[in-house]
Amino acid sequence: MNGIEAEGITVVQLDELINLIKKIHGFDFSGYSKASFKRRLARVMQLKKLNFVDLKYMLVNEPDFFQYFLEEITVNVTEMFRDPLFYKALNQQVLPYLSTFQHIKIWSAGCSTGEEVYSLAILLQEAGLRKKSFIYGTDVNTEVLREAKRGIYSLRKIKSYAENYQYSGLPGTITDHFTMLYDAATIHAELRQNTLFSVHNLISDSVFNEFQLISCRNVFIYFDSELQEKILDLFYRSLCPLGFLCLGSKEAIRSDSFRKRFKVISSKENIYQKIGA
Amino acid sequence: MAGSAGSFKLLFRAVKSFKPDFEKTVIIVIHRKKNFFSEIEKLFSENSRMYLREISDKDEIKANAIYIAPANYHTLIENEKQFSLDVSEAVWYSKPSIDVTFQSAADVFRENCTAILFSGANQDGAEGLLQLRKQGALTIAQHPGDAEMPEMPNAAIQLNAADYVLGTEEIFDLLRT
Repeated sequence: MNGIEAEGITVVQLDELINLIKKIHGFDFSGYSKASFKRRLARVMQLKKLNFVDLKYMLVNEPDFFQYFLEEITVNVTEMFRDPLFYKALNQQVLPYLSTFQHIKIWSAGCSTGEEVYSLAILLQEAGLRKKSFIYGTDVNTEVLREAKRGIYSLRKIKSYAENYQYSGLPGTITDHFTMLYDAATIHAELRQNTLFSVHNLISDSVFNEFQLISCRNVFIYFDSELQEKILDLFYRSLCPLGFLCLGSKEAIRSDSFRKRFKVISSKENIYQKIGA
Repeated sequence: MAGSAGSFKLLFRAVKSFKPDFEKTVIIVIHRKKNFFSEIEKLFSENSRMYLREISDKDEIKANAIYIAPANYHTLIENEKQFSLDVSEAVWYSKPSIDVTFQSAADVFRENCTAILFSGANQDGAEGLLQLRKQGALTIAQHPGDAEMPEMPNAAIQLNAADYVLGTEEIFDLLRT
């Protein structure tokens, strides 16, 4: 079976599935991008060789299936130093400001397997700010958080991140921050020290701390405008006065009411600063 | 319109050729490397008489505009009025993948669109072009003999995904009308 069958899922069927998941598992996909959700459904159906009826059956009757479903539906592709110029901008335009704080608390929302958290840890380390910083990585998917905590990546992956690192303007190479063993690389223990990974659902969970910087990159692309605004509100309330919000390079704050409450620090890299009450 | 290796010049020529009153929406997917800061959109934009923009998430799809798929994202058609982006796994080692955008366009625009697949060195785009054809869209593959890299149009022809296989000049004649 290929993706064609899921391409044929109708809007009515999609809504039916979303309602079913919400009722049985309490998980609300109604604000998800339909185009992306359908693609991910097609993927699950293809991997498990299921048609639409089978899929519904599994979601209702197989208690363990939903965890697997959630892992496959959410996109967990990430890179260290993805968009290197973003890290450069952070280094030049934001860290000097953050360095004036006594403590720097950072929230990486939708952290997946932890690459962004460790990229930020390296950036802070190089700026001499690691010891007064703490990075919280959260994701809705418990499986990826397990990987994030370990901080072990395949050599193949590290190699693919090396180019990003180079463009970020940081000294040395990415391997300076890892211990290599055969075909795997482990992030240095000191870089893991000031990090914490835990489950948080952006759609249903609330404020859990106050942060100087929130990074939520390439997560909004999976949400419709209404849900984006709801989560922007969560971020706004989670930021300290004059705290920073970083979105992905192709994401932006579109809502008029929030555009008034954030100042643009870098329009190219989508870095914002909280202003107003 | 989409292509990979050997298609850049053709897509550039197409962008230059569109008149300001073309009134259609043009979506261009070209395989490109991440961290390659050459700014295709800047070059295209300076030479386009139509409004041209690199797609950002949830951008509105307007008529009389050219949209370029950004590097390191897949471009999806959310609905007739809106794009959405996706960072999931590369398809045929490509992100943006032509298949992903074509399949999404087949799902949303169905018969109300025309797709052209140009030169390229892998088979991305062929399956998507077939989906478009099945939905009734007009599908065109560049004649492999005219393509700098024939693999991509060849793959489409083998899947029987193209309504027409046209030479380069025939394609530009068609774009003029």
